[in-house]
Amino acid sequence: MHEYSIVEALLARVDEEARARGATAVYRLTVRIGELSGVEIDLLTAAYATFRDRTICANADLEVQPVPAAWACPECGGAIARGAMLRCADCGVPARLTEGDEILLERIEMEVP
Amino acid sequence: MCDTCGCGDPAVVPVDVHDKILAGNDRTAAHNREHFRERQVVAINLMGSPGAGKTAILEATSGLLAGRQRLGALAGDLATDNDANRLQAAGIAAKSITTGSACHLDAAMVHRGLHDFPWRELDYLFIENVGNLVCPAVYDLGQEVNVVALSVTEGIDKPLKYPVMFLKADLVLITKIDLLPHLPEIRVDAIADALGRVMPRPAFLPVSARTGAGMDRWIDWLARVPWPRPAVAAEAHAGHHR
Repeated sequence: MHEYSIVEALLARVDEEARARGATAVYRLTVRIGELSGVEIDLLTAAYATFRDRTICANADLEVQPVPAAWACPECGGAIARGAMLRCADCGVPARLTEGDEILLERIEMEVP
Repeated sequence: MCDTCGCGDPAVVPVDVHDKILAGNDRTAAHNREHFRERQVVAINLMGSPGAGKTAILEATSGLLAGRQRLGALAGDLATDNDANRLQAAGIAAKSITTGSACHLDAAMVHRGLHDFPWRELDYLFIENVGNLVCPAVYDLGQEVNVVALSVTEGIDKPLKYPVMFLKADLVLITKIDLLPHLPEIRVDAIADALGRVMPRPAFLPVSARTGAGMDRWIDWLARVPWPRPAVAAEAHAGHHR
């Protein structure tokens, strides 16, 4: 359940941004979580609901944008099908993960006096 | 203030951050890595399920490298010092990082673990992570390479069930192969097939810490880990402190 420590890092980062801008409240957070990031979205939202109490995010919604994994050939750019061997059948080179491993804080909506 | 309508309400400002949530851990990991490279210590993050044979592999490795390479280990353990005690008995300088309820090591725990530990004298520092196929894969510790131990008793589809762990692996050690005669349903080529679907550069070695089978290839692999380059590391470190 490392989602708790992810939420801890998220809240610390939001607190830092909010202080830097003198924000009085935070309304909404947007995060992007890749399918191959190792973070379970359900566990993340459950951890967030527990840990946001008594922080500047106490009333802030968490919007999670899931990002599906995408593999492609670095030579020809051809997509590698889900579940297939991670090697381009045409070029014979190892596939590259183009999307799907992100654990990103995208945006904070905050109230600034 | 809201300056759209002049109502005097505070304004809601969207702030685009676009940053890794674990950026703080990554900075600490980069700092650890600079130190390891500066001292030319090869740091290896050894991961795997509870009971996959991580400690046994290190015990056997010590037996094979005794007198040739200086080995050390930081052993992540929820509640005991058992692994560190076993490693010490096998001749490896070892220290526990007791994580309490934490299911993984992070870069700050490793950094704290280096205090009062003679890591600078080592050739190889093994960071034996908490037994877990999920969480440890998410945290950079400052290691040079990731090695995952996967025992044949865990079945053939663990890579497909836990793709992130294997995606991050530079090498998978398929352990306990001495048990294969008792496990007719387990074929190493089926494990290799599963690895090829989650690792773009699948690299694996079947080994047995008990019989020593395959361990020579593991020792060769260790010798081929690109040695940390101190000149580059020193430059990076200077940048860090500028």
